[in-house]
Amino acid sequence: MYWQESLIALATLSRKETTRYLRIWVQTLFPPAITMALYFVIFGNLIGPRIGPMDGYSYMDFIVPGIIMMAVITNSYANVVSSFFSAKFQRHIEELMVSPAPNAVILLGYVSGGVGRGLLVGLIVTLVSLIFTQIQIHNIWITVSVVLLTSILFSLGGFINGIFARKFDDVAIVPTFILTPLTYLGGVFYSVSLLPDTWRIVSMFNPVLYMVNAFRYGILGSSDIDIRVAYSLILLSILILGATALFLLRRGTGLRA
Amino acid sequence: MRYYCRPTLMEVFSAAMGVPALHLQNLGKTYSNGLIALRGIDLTVQPGDFFGLLGPNGAGKSTAIGIISSLVTRTAGRAEIFGHDIEKQPWEAKRRLGVVPQEVNFNGFETVEQIVLNQAGYYGIPRRRARQNCERYLRELDLWDRRKLVSRTLSGGMKRRLMIARALVHEPRLLILDEPTAGVDIELRRSMWRFLEALNRTGDVTVILTTHYLEEAESLCRNIAIINKGRIVENTSTTALLNRLNTHSFILDVDPLANAAPATVDGFVLRQVGPQQLEADVQRDQSITQLVQALAGAGIYVRSLKNKANRLEEMFIDLLQQDASAGNGQEA
Repeated sequence: MYWQESLIALATLSRKETTRYLRIWVQTLFPPAITMALYFVIFGNLIGPRIGPMDGYSYMDFIVPGIIMMAVITNSYANVVSSFFSAKFQRHIEELMVSPAPNAVILLGYVSGGVGRGLLVGLIVTLVSLIFTQIQIHNIWITVSVVLLTSILFSLGGFINGIFARKFDDVAIVPTFILTPLTYLGGVFYSVSLLPDTWRIVSMFNPVLYMVNAFRYGILGSSDIDIRVAYSLILLSILILGATALFLLRRGTGLRA
Repeated sequence: MRYYCRPTLMEVFSAAMGVPALHLQNLGKTYSNGLIALRGIDLTVQPGDFFGLLGPNGAGKSTAIGIISSLVTRTAGRAEIFGHDIEKQPWEAKRRLGVVPQEVNFNGFETVEQIVLNQAGYYGIPRRRARQNCERYLRELDLWDRRKLVSRTLSGGMKRRLMIARALVHEPRLLILDEPTAGVDIELRRSMWRFLEALNRTGDVTVILTTHYLEEAESLCRNIAIINKGRIVENTSTTALLNRLNTHSFILDVDPLANAAPATVDGFVLRQVGPQQLEADVQRDQSITQLVQALAGAGIYVRSLKNKANRLEEMFIDLLQQDASAGNGQEA
């Protein structure tokens, strides 16, 4: 396919994905705002003052980056896995498969939808957090690049989940049993420096920890881990998941008989 | 702009050079559970043809179409669309192909217009041209007034027409329709026939049709292939196929018979099926005029007559029986 046609196909798929999550905003944009507002109220306002400062910041300020990142991760993932699986389930994925749109365009189109929703929800949660605290951004470039790369990474993860999913249960398994524990144990609500040595070492195998801390560094200028390690890990993971997704599309896994 | 209603110069040249619209060579498909759906079929469809691919359920028609449209992975052979291999040159092959599947496969939450416009976009057609094509085909298929409706609210016939509009929006040179009129009422079926005939008559669109309605194939298709248990058992022109029918049976409504009808009249075999109804076999070298005259001579007056079965249906059943008796009866 030629570049011009590929770009038109990509724009079409991106538009379609964006329209989809905006059309069902009550399911996609509104609930994260409510959930995260509750986190701010309960953990930040009610419990936070009793916990005291963390890493030199008020507890509310400390959890804001993690909660924003948690919303970005879960929504990026959920958007792609549910949209792609629905397309498979309703068989309208065949519209793309019979077309000459290259696999890379199909992948980028779905990922763009996930990134769009993830960033939009992230922005909404950020605005909600402003009700409770003042955010001073330490480094805008690190903040934006980390949230963007993380959103891409989890959108790719959602795409691969969507490829393998055969029933609606399969769409829920990874977010419920893998993504949520990793996120909650990824330093959103605490600093890993508070953990005993053994659990701190165990936490280092949790990839979400690197993303949350890199994002926290972008906003607060404080992190439990080396920011360069976090970038390397995120970029390497994107490359691996991207290549895997393209390989699966090329093979037609879960798509072609 | 690479999209044209008319064939490109290269395609005109290719047609002159005898490049077929579709060429399947030794195409085979064995599913992972061991089911052999296609046993190495060879098929060539010439540009401009209206081609019928017939066969009983499970014969392999949909698998063949699935491979051509990249929804099923082949396990043997090759498939080319206007000389372009569907796997090695997917862009060149796929942009020339439009597919109307057997089952509804569009997003039920999108509007009619969105579905058609999105499909155009996937083929890389710029938005303005996509809108023009969308309007043209939705109007031709009587869906323009319903373009803002969410697709799941459409009737069955409208959904079929929407899938045809979607398949045509990128102006393919080869249109494959997998049982497009299944479950469609007779009036709508006839209007779809007229649409497809007009589309094909321009000479720009080659049409391949699978159908269970054999009168549809007889009426529309110039050439026909019959597939059974993963093999092509016949591939010829509709006329040549019908000419092979040796006997043609008719149901005759006659004036009340005073006595039982004779078994034969002037060489015509008769069977009485009711007090005012006969069945008569007409051989290839006999005519209906001769039959009517012979019956009149025997005091039997014909009020009306009709085919006992569709002619192609007789041929179809005959061919499948021959294929089974030739030892190809194992399960696909």
